[in-house]
Amino acid sequence: MTDGQVRRGFSVKHLPGMAAVALLCFVLLYAPIFALVVYSFNAGESIALWEGFSLRWYGAAWENEAVQEATVRSLIVASFASAISTVVATMAALGTTRTGPYRGRTAVYMLINQPLMVPEIVTAVALLIFFAMIKVATGYQGLAYLIAAHSAFCVPFAYLPIRARLEGMSLTLEQAAADLYASPWQTFRKVTLPLMMPGIVAGAMLAFVISLDDVVITEFVKSAGQDTLPTYMLGQLRRGISPEVNAISTALLAVTVVILTAFFVLNRKRH
Amino acid sequence: MEGLSHKAESPPRGQEAAVTAVEAREVTKIFGSGGDTVVALDAVSIAIRENEFFTLLGPSGCGKTTLLRLIAGFDHPTGGSIVLYGEDISPLPPYKRPVNTVFQNYALFPHMTVAENIGFGLSMLGRPKAEIDDTVDSMLRLVRMEELKNRRTSQISGGQQQRVALARALAPRPKVLLLDEPLSALDFKLRKEMQIELKRLQNETGITFIFVTHDQEEALTMSDRIAVMSQGRILQVGSPRDIYDHPADHFVADFIGETNFIDAEILQVEAEGLTIRLPSDKTVRTPLPEGFEPRKQVSLAVRPEHADLTRQPAEAQLNGTLENIVYFGTATNYFVRLPDGSEFVVRQANRREGEGGYSVGDELGIAFSANAVQVLRD
Repeated sequence: MTDGQVRRGFSVKHLPGMAAVALLCFVLLYAPIFALVVYSFNAGESIALWEGFSLRWYGAAWENEAVQEATVRSLIVASFASAISTVVATMAALGTTRTGPYRGRTAVYMLINQPLMVPEIVTAVALLIFFAMIKVATGYQGLAYLIAAHSAFCVPFAYLPIRARLEGMSLTLEQAAADLYASPWQTFRKVTLPLMMPGIVAGAMLAFVISLDDVVITEFVKSAGQDTLPTYMLGQLRRGISPEVNAISTALLAVTVVILTAFFVLNRKRH
Repeated sequence: MEGLSHKAESPPRGQEAAVTAVEAREVTKIFGSGGDTVVALDAVSIAIRENEFFTLLGPSGCGKTTLLRLIAGFDHPTGGSIVLYGEDISPLPPYKRPVNTVFQNYALFPHMTVAENIGFGLSMLGRPKAEIDDTVDSMLRLVRMEELKNRRTSQISGGQQQRVALARALAPRPKVLLLDEPLSALDFKLRKEMQIELKRLQNETGITFIFVTHDQEEALTMSDRIAVMSQGRILQVGSPRDIYDHPADHFVADFIGETNFIDAEILQVEAEGLTIRLPSDKTVRTPLPEGFEPRKQVSLAVRPEHADLTRQPAEAQLNGTLENIVYFGTATNYFVRLPDGSEFVVRQANRREGEGGYSVGDELGIAFSANAVQVLRD
């Protein structure tokens, strides 16, 4: 008898076929991405016919001015959206964990997390109509609309890790600071803020990645000539696929993986 | 101790008419609202003297921690006031009170070093850096932690964290130090060490300590005076000896140490004392307890070690059958069943000569002197 069989209780691990199902799931999840990455290095023009290894599509993407512009725009929007949503989320997290229980707190949670629950397409259409009204009234066509939209839907993603961090922090530390003559502002600056920093950084990174990847809302909100990297790629696909899209996707994937890895490392460090 | 030398002129302990450091006046604290309220403190009044090691002792939920938090300022009284050296501090927030706390779980700042933790209070008070550094060094010496100055608080042991918490709370030289069950997280041996350490720190700094615990032995060992609390009230205040030898009521007698309770009848009440008839029909005369209200029945308390076994009927105040003998090293407990069915424990110190010569089933007398008898309030 093995240890596993001796152990009491139910364990999915020993159900027949479990390993096979798990393997199938992972293959389905990652095989397409694997294919995408492999063909980004294709020397030929096809995304399905391997003609040898080459970095030509990375070069092509790098020198493509439209790609450059879209990349810069994506980074600007993501940076602003991440910064704004993190500030808002930090304040929201403080307001929902550093106050006594009050009526309607559950409703506040719901409101903050609303962008996670409302279908994205609904938000997109609503923003399109709302911003159209403002555009008519003011004549302003700039990037602020995209930044505002991204900031809004990034709030819950920034909020969740910050709130988790604050809930894990004992209120006694803030009491100890107050006991040692720190005013409420000093307590926040010297104790609360430094201790919640890992949560804030994690929230900002998550918001950044979410903004960087967004297609639906961006597609509806952007004005002419305001393509971000994902909407540019969508546009390219309509015209016919070349491995250049694979190369951009792979680069985007690499950036996302790096940021998300940092996010998990930061989260683990607090335990 | 040069850092605290300005405290050296403090009056000797136990002196009459000592200065009152902290006073609670008719303090009531009610938690909750509407129909769902809990009375944590019920019109509690108490005066704690300067330089005293004062202990609030009671079971969990008795209100001792609530009283401490009201003094610290983390909660505010529903009624009554907290007075510090004559000044009503009840409306002040914690950071405006010259009082510091050692928390049960220490609450050290995990993102700071040991030295930064200790210097935090002074730096919040805006003291010059040189003074902070000096005080931190003298505090580290005081708690014998010099070599761990630059460690993170997560890199030191529980006992060391305890010392840092003490040093941090003492560094701003508070008028009163509040300690909320600070030893409860330590293991037995370390707890004994820290009890002595705390006593030493209190002597050396001359700061008034208000110590909260549910451990009666800890309270008896360390305190100058103890307040025994139950259900939001203070039942008795006195020196450890007062409390142990003269418990005021049933709860205090039962909570502190072991006690035999005897129901007896009052025969006579006179100015010089009470004449009481024991269940064995023998009579004892005791001094008149303070605030005694005349009544017929009374409950008496006799400590097991204040009683003796005897085979002489003339010496015996009570009689019974020896039911059980429990030996535990320093002493032996004899469990005697009285005719009314109740149990009486007699504790005798063990000597080198061997056993006391009693065996289970013996009919024995229990002897105790009149001053071993404590008349209880209830």
